[in-house]
Amino acid sequence: MATDVSNKFDVIVVGAGLAGLAAAHTCAQAGLETIVIERGTKPGTKNVMGGVLYTRPTAKVFPEFWKDAPVERPVIEQGAWLLTSDSAIKLAYRSQRFADDPPNAFTVLRVKLDKYFADQAEKSGALVICETLVEEVLTDGDNVIGVRCGRAEGDLYAPVVIIAEGVNSELTRQLGMQTDLKLDDTASVVKELIRLDPKVIEDRFNLSGEHEGTTIEMYGDATLGMLGTAFVYTNKDSISLGVGFLLSQAVEAAQTPYDMLQRLKQHSMVAPLIEGGETGEYMTHMIPEGGYNRMPQLFGHGVMVVGDAAMLVNGIHREGSNYALLSGQLAAETAIEAHENGDFSGKTLSHYRARLLDETPILRDLRKYRNAAHYVESHPALLSTYPDLVSDAMYEMLNVDDVPKRQKQWEIVRMVLRARSLVGMAWDGIDGARSML
Amino acid sequence: MNTAVCIKQVPDTTEVRIDPETNALVREGVPSIVNPFDAHATEEAVRLKERYGGTVTIISMGPPQATEAIKKCISFGADRGILLSDRAFAGSDTWATSYIIAAGLKRLMSEQPVDLILCGKQAIDGDTAQVGPGLARRLNLPQITYAISIEEVNLDARRVKVGRRLETGVEVVEAPLPALLTCVEEMNEIRYASLPNMIRAARYEPEVWGRDDLEVEDELLGFNGSPTVVSKIFAPPEREPGEIIPGGTEDPTGVAAVIADKLIEALGATASV
Repeated sequence: MATDVSNKFDVIVVGAGLAGLAAAHTCAQAGLETIVIERGTKPGTKNVMGGVLYTRPTAKVFPEFWKDAPVERPVIEQGAWLLTSDSAIKLAYRSQRFADDPPNAFTVLRVKLDKYFADQAEKSGALVICETLVEEVLTDGDNVIGVRCGRAEGDLYAPVVIIAEGVNSELTRQLGMQTDLKLDDTASVVKELIRLDPKVIEDRFNLSGEHEGTTIEMYGDATLGMLGTAFVYTNKDSISLGVGFLLSQAVEAAQTPYDMLQRLKQHSMVAPLIEGGETGEYMTHMIPEGGYNRMPQLFGHGVMVVGDAAMLVNGIHREGSNYALLSGQLAAETAIEAHENGDFSGKTLSHYRARLLDETPILRDLRKYRNAAHYVESHPALLSTYPDLVSDAMYEMLNVDDVPKRQKQWEIVRMVLRARSLVGMAWDGIDGARSML
Repeated sequence: MNTAVCIKQVPDTTEVRIDPETNALVREGVPSIVNPFDAHATEEAVRLKERYGGTVTIISMGPPQATEAIKKCISFGADRGILLSDRAFAGSDTWATSYIIAAGLKRLMSEQPVDLILCGKQAIDGDTAQVGPGLARRLNLPQITYAISIEEVNLDARRVKVGRRLETGVEVVEAPLPALLTCVEEMNEIRYASLPNMIRAARYEPEVWGRDDLEVEDELLGFNGSPTVVSKIFAPPEREPGEIIPGGTEDPTGVAAVIADKLIEALGATASV
């Protein structure tokens, strides 16, 4: 019956997210027999991201993808809002240069996008098997030799296994490459897709058509002062609205993700943007936030770890999908090299880590921000006291009444000093510079 | 023992809404699945192959993307899949559809012997239950509808013994081979596909037969060959919830009396009409 089907491949990829598909596509293009095992019913169904895809890193793996991939809108304006309970300090940068061909970034919806990338990988010759869970990695001594899937006759063998199973990777733990995650190693993100007429979206966000999109990141009251961000991204006929926050802080504050999102939707700065919209989908996921300090071992004998499974996410700069794509591609290039030399030892596969360091900014950026999250977390004033202060100062300055301006300025200074001492502010600044620069 | 299974790709009706204005199915963004009754028919064919040997061939009519449904059936353990697909077939009602699929089956039977043809009892999108019987008539085969079990296939005597689900029980009947069965979902439980079968399905490319591959007459295909006229579509009114009379365990006599009164009242109302 099925005995004619070989269970031996050149490369096994666990997970058909962006990292796994990039790896599979690259391996298959080089002629390696490649199989991808995905637990979802289709690629993309288990994946959640805010929704911004950067063009140039993506095009390294899938050249000129924007010409036929189902992307939403080019991002021509990026905003950052500092929210208090009733006010917002808004900063935005908009440039027509972002609309150049190709644009710098697109808003995307993963269910559509991942299907497209999976189709590309399949066209290159990779096999994508869905609805199948990889239960464990098969080893022989120190060598990874394959995977065991949760189906009858489910063992597969390959000299290289690329683990791209996403955040909270069981397989890296099984192999001892990663210790158990702690609460503050991951953030939780909840997101709603709110359907609106494209014209309404364009009017509300000052866009001239489908070829323009905007993103807004929100801080401060948007996350109740917790370390995290909320976001509003414009798609073609929907808005992605979400909030992400550190799990450890949400537990402390006894906030459920659902409460956080409902609160955000009712915020006076957000409600008008989504008014009249119909909620299409509600999704929630974990984001790795451990950064450089909590990265697992990235390679071993016969195994490499890519994407979220490798904690390759830069929370400060909202980068994760590009890290996933590039790490998948570099792991694939290393797998190709290993096949050329017939050597799958950790020594050869360590070239994957070297490539991540030398050929991309990924590891250098993550190292730069290794303490940034901890800094924000340990300086709670940043996302609660300071937004209120700036808001009150702005209010005082812009509010026209009988008080002379000089007196207003002094009152602001007094107000600031009441809230936070000069020494405290100085240390906030020094620590911040240390962690970010 | 060779079996052919006729399947249809349908929208997953658990996710389909009905447009309140047009009364048409809103199919946009709804995933496609193998018609559940057809999936059970495929499972039964694979079990027959395990019992008696032979092959399982899937045949379907539909647009090019229906190859996905055929590949799904390959993962259940079928050996071969054929999609009948051509612009000329579009718009076919059950009359034209059974004509086209019968032509496909005829071609298949000219290439290899087919002992049994299995269909689902009906498709969940149209619910007509007409294509299976239509095929049997066009192919001049004995048909057994609502098959719930295949008791025995006797390849020497060329007979099949089948259980049929009736409202009152199960009727066991026999027919000579080749025969056509339409299957109900209680026939079997669909097994989780093995990994080798999943891999085979991922690699498999179904054969596509178009108008020119079949012996058919153009005026009997598609819209032209479809005498059915849909005069009206409407959503059924929601059923009113039944009345629950509690207290049966504590006070059975009292509850029985209440029920009896209600029945008498209802019967009286009917009698007076």
